[in-house]
Amino acid sequence: MHEFSVAQHIIDIALQSAKQQQVDQIVSVEVEIGQAAGVVVEALEFAWESATKDTLLRDTALVIKFIPVTISCRNCKTQYFPRDLIEICPQCGDYDPEILTGKELRVSAIIVNN
Amino acid sequence: MCDTCGCGEGVAGYRITKPSGIKNNHSGLVDQEHFHGDHHHHTHDHGHGSGHTHEHSHEHDHHHNTNDHDEEQARRIIVETDILQRNNLLAERNRGYFEARGIMALNLVSSPGSGKTTILEKTIKALSGYQIYVIEGDQQTTLDAEKIDATGTPVLQINTGSGCHLDAEMIHKAVRELDPQNKSLLFIENVGNLVCPALFDLGESARIVIISVTEGEDKPLKYPNMFQSSQICIINKTDLLPYVDFNLEQIKKYALKVNPDLSFIDLSARTGEGFGDWIQWIKEQIS
Repeated sequence: MHEFSVAQHIIDIALQSAKQQQVDQIVSVEVEIGQAAGVVVEALEFAWESATKDTLLRDTALVIKFIPVTISCRNCKTQYFPRDLIEICPQCGDYDPEILTGKELRVSAIIVNN
Repeated sequence: MCDTCGCGEGVAGYRITKPSGIKNNHSGLVDQEHFHGDHHHHTHDHGHGSGHTHEHSHEHDHHHNTNDHDEEQARRIIVETDILQRNNLLAERNRGYFEARGIMALNLVSSPGSGKTTILEKTIKALSGYQIYVIEGDQQTTLDAEKIDATGTPVLQINTGSGCHLDAEMIHKAVRELDPQNKSLLFIENVGNLVCPALFDLGESARIVIISVTEGEDKPLKYPNMFQSSQICIINKTDLLPYVDFNLEQIKKYALKVNPDLSFIDLSARTGEGFGDWIQWIKEQIS
């Protein structure tokens, strides 16, 4: 699917950061993938191997921090983890969710050697 | 797509073409077909299976002693960059371009076969007198662009190859070729896919998800991203309602669960039933 192009974007971002800092080697790239980001972690790990194979990052590890969805009920401000796609507020029973976390799709840091 | 490394997917390797027979009255458009991005050709003699051999092919010289030198010298550089940032930035550029020129850009998304192209053909007919442009997205063929071309509407076909969605860069390039007039209407018919296009902002003014009555009421629950990111939901092929077990009220209930702000238009592109509501909505957006 498109985890491969996500991997390519991660590579581009990592290389750009490394270039700015004049780094020799990128040991690992840390990314945050939210539960609701639309990216499958296993597929991304698999795609990473393929995407980096012929690049400067062929030995670079991809470190994935998975971020679960947390919801804030707009009605009573209770925060909860939904187990299901659509889960009513455990406190007031209303369904008016604001997604607080879980949509992240970002490169947080790179670990480098000079 | 290259089997070994998957190249050919995503941004590099898509193609923008004009359907044959289109009259080109723009100066400066020379080629009918051109490729975007480099299509890398790798030699296919990768011998290894999973995992990579750990050769120390690094340029810098240092001694490998018992200490883990990597950790001593390693430092952490904060990046905090959104992965889809490049697409989002380009999408905002597109959005600014459209707003500056008063162009209403509508992104039509759906599974394959829900009737996007037919709806478009009928829409163009119903909106004669309006300046309309179309961008068609498919993995392969210019079949859809040819259909639109037959209506006399300026159209470009984007073939994504193995790609599963249109992205902002493709739209950016296609729009530059189309060079739409100010205050015109641009329809973008995305690749038929209920999953991936949801993630990719194109810079559109509105996103319209199209679902037909033969697809089942539970699709909004199964494909929530698509329904969450759209503003209008067209339910097509209502002429087939007597022949399928499809509950019109139920699908709306499900869809409203994932997106309480969604509006619905029930229609049949084939018979024309309900089509007036769709045309009315478009006219309201333009004025």
